[in-house]
Amino acid sequence: MALLQISEPGESPAPHQRRHAVGIDLGTTNSLVATVRNGIAGILNDEQGHPLLPSIVRFRADGSVSVGYEAEIERARDPKNTIVSVKRFMGRGLRDIAHVENSPYDFVNGPGMVQIRTAAGVKSPVEVSAVLLQELRVRAERSLGGELVGAVVTVPAYFDDAQRQATKDAAALAGLNVLRLLSEPTAAAIAYGLDNAAEGIYAVYDLGGGTFDFSVLRLSTGVFEVLATSGDAALGGDDFDHRLFCWALEKAKLAPLSAGDNTLLSAKSREIKEYLTHHAEARFNAKLGSGEVVDLPLSQAEFWEMTRHLVAKTLAPTRKALRDAGLSVADVKGVVMVGGATRMPHVQRAVAELFAQAPLNNLDPDKVVALGAAMQANALAGNRAAGEDWLLLDVIPLSLGLETMGGLVERVIHRNSTLPVARAQEFTTFKDGQSAMSIHVVQGERELVSDCRSLARFELHGIPPLVAGAARIKVTFQVDADGLLAVSAQETSSGAQASVAVKPSYGLSDERITRMLRDSFEHAGDDLRTRALREQQVEAQRMLQSVEAALEQDAALLDAAEFAGIRACVNSLRTKAQCDDHRAIKSAIDELNRATESFAGRRMDRSVQEALTGRSVAGI
Amino acid sequence: MPITLTERAAAHVSSFLAKRGKGVGLRLGVRTTGCSGLAYKLEFADAVNPEDHTFDSHGVKVLVDPKSLPYIDGTELDFAREGLSEGFKFKNPNVKDACGCGESFNI
Repeated sequence: MALLQISEPGESPAPHQRRHAVGIDLGTTNSLVATVRNGIAGILNDEQGHPLLPSIVRFRADGSVSVGYEAEIERARDPKNTIVSVKRFMGRGLRDIAHVENSPYDFVNGPGMVQIRTAAGVKSPVEVSAVLLQELRVRAERSLGGELVGAVVTVPAYFDDAQRQATKDAAALAGLNVLRLLSEPTAAAIAYGLDNAAEGIYAVYDLGGGTFDFSVLRLSTGVFEVLATSGDAALGGDDFDHRLFCWALEKAKLAPLSAGDNTLLSAKSREIKEYLTHHAEARFNAKLGSGEVVDLPLSQAEFWEMTRHLVAKTLAPTRKALRDAGLSVADVKGVVMVGGATRMPHVQRAVAELFAQAPLNNLDPDKVVALGAAMQANALAGNRAAGEDWLLLDVIPLSLGLETMGGLVERVIHRNSTLPVARAQEFTTFKDGQSAMSIHVVQGERELVSDCRSLARFELHGIPPLVAGAARIKVTFQVDADGLLAVSAQETSSGAQASVAVKPSYGLSDERITRMLRDSFEHAGDDLRTRALREQQVEAQRMLQSVEAALEQDAALLDAAEFAGIRACVNSLRTKAQCDDHRAIKSAIDELNRATESFAGRRMDRSVQEALTGRSVAGI
Repeated sequence: MPITLTERAAAHVSSFLAKRGKGVGLRLGVRTTGCSGLAYKLEFADAVNPEDHTFDSHGVKVLVDPKSLPYIDGTELDFAREGLSEGFKFKNPNVKDACGCGESFNI
């Protein structure tokens, strides 16, 4: 006998037609699955009533796996094969991972993404994440009594293409149909914004186990728009644990620890951190494998002091996102707190001080993202009443563009553009008779290709031979709702086209995104000069080529003095094009332009004459 | 015969209505569809229609349209948990046979 749910008026589903959709918060520390039942979003608990699934997977030599709490218990015994915080490794190379030296894992620098050697073989972060997603899928199917039509999976707003793709791959591997990837702060805003139906500018401060995300959102008449995002993909509650862990090592003057003791003290650190949220004093005590006992007193004030720099580290990206959105703290109507780490009183206080208002925290900060994702999944699966549709807008973190002559970047889609987005721009050929064009897609804010990140290259062939500048090549950039990029190029007269879906095999670390952004501000002046110089150099090359070609063809139209005059200008421009003064190049170009003015006029007259000779007016 | 809710079902309906923030009660009914002919309707009600039969059970207003009433007369609605799954169950004395899944039935 099936168990029924209450529907909205007039929307009882036909038998066997219920469309089960879930929202999944695939977290660094914990993962959750939620759905909308009886009109209310709720977390689906496991058999023991736990809402959270610790994001921990243990691989055994016999090929079996344990997940969640079971794996957490086994972790101290088998740290090498028990993978925690796998989200930090998604779409990342070995170099991007913080604290490799303290990590018990045997990393293998796989192609594109780091991999981990376990007792059950080498596992990629995608496979590990798939085990977690599979567990949540089974839990959801058993709770809902049927197969899922799909899931909305959340990712940090800062995840780049490689990390999003890795998340999608993991979901596919777990047998989930991904309706959409949704950024975590946006999901949190759905949970708060729609429930409370409040309009205005909101900020989402999400300090999770392993990531910090800050987003500025505008909520108006049912439309969510992300105005700006920033964050730190390598900062979270785990770092507070790690600080406490280091403090304990230092205080107790411990020798290098075994892997088991490492895990034990890490778990202890987390426990003490959580205890100090509601208590003024705690004792850090643990018995090591060697029998040695650690017993240290710690006050809330001391803990706040030793982690103050971590809290401060969240405030810089916060201010930056506001600047990006052109807003001040006074414009922010409310601050939504997300992530278990925001329970710490000193985090709450720092946020309250910065925004001069108490943050919103009436929903459980651990659950709010999954609840919002469930509401989005419910809407996407078509379970929502007509007229209640809402659109969700997200942004891209770094500008996307093309390489043009001279190694310059032509930006096609600007940073913080809302998703999904498609933008087309026309480009042309540089040389006479050019029949192919190489298209180099780059990401970044700098003016020079060499300072940006290369995403993809492809070639467009079959451009009809025309004079330079006559061909029209339309290049279209398309970023879908999941933040994945596709680029296509088409020559408009011949219809020749080529395209590429950008699936970078290797992600940008958050540090690199931050550095690329900072560099673009610091080097703004240099970049401007470099761009002006490169532009003039490219123009000089183009000019020299066409004058040389004309001289070769039509030298007969010039007398000796004119020929010598043009030659002199050509030589002067050729020399000046080597220097780095864009004004000097510009004036040499102008000079050559003037010197060839009457030559160009004569050539044109002649070609008109040639075209008309021997033809009657009627024949033209 | 009245339509009733078990105490447990009534408590869940009340809490769902409170969280939903609007609605006057619960609407029960049947539709002609499904593999065994009829299917249950279980919806929040935002308004009472003039022709509705209304019942009150443990503080929850239950609305049934006159066409549906003969098919579900005397039904008790229960809230049950089966493994991880939870939801409402119709205990309908009129049912002769139901499809295996219980989502549709005939009388």
